[in-house]
Amino acid sequence: MNTDTGQQHPLGVYYKIWTLLFVLSLFSYMVDYLDVQGALRWTLVLVFMALKAGFIMAIFMHVKWERMALVLTILAPPTLLLVLISIMALESNYSHGTRVEHLGHEPDRAPLHVEH
Amino acid sequence: MAQSSNTTSQRGMSSFVHDWSADKQTYQVPWGKAMMWVFLVSDTFIFSCFLVGYMTVRMTTADPWPLATEVFALSFFGSDPIPLVLIAIMTFVLITSSGTMALAVNFGYQRNKRKTVAFMVLTALLGMTFVGMQVFEWSKLIGYGVRPWSNPWGAPQFGAVFYMITGFHGLHVSAGVIYLLIIARRIRRGHYDQKGYEIVEITGLYWHFVDLVWVFIFAFFYLL
Repeated sequence: MNTDTGQQHPLGVYYKIWTLLFVLSLFSYMVDYLDVQGALRWTLVLVFMALKAGFIMAIFMHVKWERMALVLTILAPPTLLLVLISIMALESNYSHGTRVEHLGHEPDRAPLHVEH
Repeated sequence: MAQSSNTTSQRGMSSFVHDWSADKQTYQVPWGKAMMWVFLVSDTFIFSCFLVGYMTVRMTTADPWPLATEVFALSFFGSDPIPLVLIAIMTFVLITSSGTMALAVNFGYQRNKRKTVAFMVLTALLGMTFVGMQVFEWSKLIGYGVRPWSNPWGAPQFGAVFYMITGFHGLHVSAGVIYLLIIARRIRRGHYDQKGYEIVEITGLYWHFVDLVWVFIFAFFYLL
């Protein structure tokens, strides 16, 4: 489908993905609205996020129909971010520990409620 | 790769110029589109640095993190506050604008000038709506006393992260609105009648990217 005339696809694909993005956003919002907590909250939010991001990139940004040279240029460099996230998570864990053990910071306090 | 003795004998800047201007092409797309992707990949790293920075301050602080669901709740006509409702509406506005942008790209390739311009302007209007709602959200939080260094509810880093990330994203949306309007005007004036309508797809890539970034901000900052 990738021709010299550019990325031309039937409109139906866009309408389907558009609807899907609405539904997935609604699902994410319902996670908060229904006050789902804990591991289930993280799982649901991250799954809906990944699906939305995937559909926007694959269909709306046409990555699905691009040639491999361009696809890898787009997708390969950001995988390095996983290394950054891992290193910073390890470091943050350590910092939090020192603040609690040596600086006397008190963990596990609840935030104050918001007065509207 | 065929190299004549003539090209290998070149040295210094003339060899540099030769290599970059040689008849080679990696990306089988218009150069503008390849360059937009290069820009978007670099922008990905900027937003990722902000989000990783957010993760770091949130994990290191022993202070409790304010509850986004309460902070961004809104009541209508004296009702009980509805959790996170403004952010949900902003998300829907941005997704709607992504859809109208996808339609604009499609009409562009159909060479339907009138509809392409109309849908690009509609996308820009939705973008302005989004930024307007963000301004409202900022003014509400400033009213609550949220500052980049303190807030009434918990970890002081909350304000810094909020203003930094949503501010930078809002700046991207604002720039996108201006970009869309400039390109729409040029299309209407027939600037691309000869060159072709790839420009609509390139503009669309930027716009969808702004929506893409919001997907991550919505999940990590507002929901988790």
